[in-house]
Amino acid sequence: MFVLIVGCGRVGSSVARNMLREGHDVSCLDEDPEAHARLEVGLDQSWEDLGGSFTVGTALEVDALTEAGIEGADVFIASTNGDNTNIVIAQIAQRRFNVPKVVARILDPLRAEWYQKQGVQTICPTRVAIEMLEGAVREAASNAAGGNGASATEGEG
Amino acid sequence: MYIILVGAGKVGWNLARELIDKKHEVTLIENSFERYQAVEQELEHNVQYGDASELWVLERAGISRADMVIAVTGDDEDNMLICQVAREKYLVERIIARVNNPRNREWFELLGVKPYVSATDLILRLLEHEVPDYGLVHLLNLDEERLEIIEMSLADNSPVTGKRVGDLDLPEGSLLISVLRGRQGFVPGPDTVLEAGDEVLAVLDPGLEEDLKVFFGSDGAE
Repeated sequence: MFVLIVGCGRVGSSVARNMLREGHDVSCLDEDPEAHARLEVGLDQSWEDLGGSFTVGTALEVDALTEAGIEGADVFIASTNGDNTNIVIAQIAQRRFNVPKVVARILDPLRAEWYQKQGVQTICPTRVAIEMLEGAVREAASNAAGGNGASATEGEG
Repeated sequence: MYIILVGAGKVGWNLARELIDKKHEVTLIENSFERYQAVEQELEHNVQYGDASELWVLERAGISRADMVIAVTGDDEDNMLICQVAREKYLVERIIARVNNPRNREWFELLGVKPYVSATDLILRLLEHEVPDYGLVHLLNLDEERLEIIEMSLADNSPVTGKRVGDLDLPEGSLLISVLRGRQGFVPGPDTVLEAGDEVLAVLDPGLEEDLKVFFGSDGAE
């Protein structure tokens, strides 16, 4: 599969390395040339020698997207550090370039939920963090309740 | 009308002032606190502080009862998405978006955000009109109706000078609708004879501009 990742920060670069290791073709697009160094963290060969490709450019520019190979992409991942950019480029990938699988990272839970309903697959790290934190509190509460023997909260959780 | 305006830059602030003068109910949303404070001195309760990309900020401003949303921030992505959400989620009937970078026009259209206004395009339009040797000026584009109106000026060596309008074999899908000669404009009849220096207005199907430019031998045509 050919995977195009736009936004090569901590998330994008890790996904890129792992997907390349799993045997996929991976192309990354980032407006910051320094992002390339992040791709090579922990690698003993260069990103290109391992078969990856990297393009410097702005995600809203057709030329940059084309150079990064969007026309042949099977999967498009929008993982820049801006929700708005991710939402816009995900829709561009879907509607203009007909990429079969498009996933966008959206930090704002309300919009992640709404765009998901509109047919853009969204991943919301904030939502995941909220659920995990709530889970941790509930777990602590239920342990405390257990330790105290019978209490008002007994039976919950 | 109840109008929500997003972005209190020069455009947004002045627009808010004008709309309030015209007795519209206006809420202006600004996401820089410093700017918000400056604008609030004048507009008071008509301005709110917040990032209008976030749904709750729009909801706090009362988007569900808004008749119109106008997004004029300096960020095209913000303008696009605020208008997209206004129209598709909150069913606001009228939206207007500002385009900062004309290369993003395609994306405004792709997301169904219309109409949009681009200052660069407006100035280019004027420039076309003011620079005579450009050859052809777009006066009006009716995208939905697939019609355009253009203006051309006839060069000295134009193949149509001295000809009767009735004898012209215009490209199919185009029609001559008026002639500007000197400071006068008139609707030509079949007996009107075209002269060098005439400005002619034609209505046409999109895509015929080059054909017409050659046909009329307008200035600037190769």
